Amino acid sequence: MGELVGTSPCAGVLPLTIGDVQAVEVELGHLTSIAPFAGQATAASVALEAAHGMPLPKANCTTGKEGARAIWFGRDMALLAGPTCDPAVAKHAALTDQSDAWAAVTLSGPSAEDVLARLVPVDLRSVSFKRGHTARTLLKHMNGSVTRLGPESFLILVFRSMARTLAHDLKEAMEAVAARG
Amino acid sequence: MRLTCPICGARDRREFYYQGDAVALDRPAPGAGVQAWDDYVHLRDNPAGPRRELWHHEAGCGAWLVVERNTTTHEVHGVTLAMAVAEARR
Ligand SMILES: [Zn+2]
Repeated sequence: MGELVGTSPCAGVLPLTIGDVQAVEVELGHLTSIAPFAGQATAASVALEAAHGMPLPKANCTTGKEGARAIWFGRDMALLAGPTCDPAVAKHAALTDQSDAWAAVTLSGPSAEDVLARLVPVDLRSVSFKRGHTARTLLKHMNGSVTRLGPESFLILVFRSMARTLAHDLKEAMEAVAARG
Repeated sequence: MRLTCPICGARDRREFYYQGDAVALDRPAPGAGVQAWDDYVHLRDNPAGPRRELWHHEAGCGAWLVVERNTTTHEVHGVTLAMAVAEARR
């Protein structure tokens, strides 16, 4: 069998720096969706905390920190980003390996909020969307996940198949914001 | 137009998929007869005014919602998880 070379979802289209904003692909490690079985959300959260140090996040929130983060990912679902999910969690939740299914990009810089304001129909300003807050929402026409990592930094996830579209849409919005000066 | 998803909060209409009248919550019994099933599958009223509809928060949390709104005034009177509505009937 030949030598296989791994290619990241945004290879060739990112990183981008336009104006004061940077879009950079990030390697989050393993991605596992955690969907607690009916009535077992608390037990799943306890198991996750025992294994990885953070409980399941409430809606629109994240828990953990860089390297091992649980991102709320929809109704009764979280995405564990970083470590391989401990099998003990599987007693209380359906686990699905989604490691290669998502393109992950950080958008950072003083105007990152302005760039996202052109793409996302949610108020992402820091007064309402604080560090650790997350949203399942749209990026232009794509379903995705947006998380605030810091005062000028966001984590964006979209389906891997949409990586080039994401890069294209970010580029357009970054150029438009930069053009305003 | 904005809908307040019970899980995600107030969100733009673009995040939602419109399914139509909330008739799917009133599925007839298997033996209810041809007339009841024909009505359930095919026949819809199209009144102006207060409506009770199913919407899917497709680009958000993924939940099905029962939305009560008025098509003549554009008021939204309530948004409830479809699951909560179904469970309340059990
Ligand atoms: Zn929602």
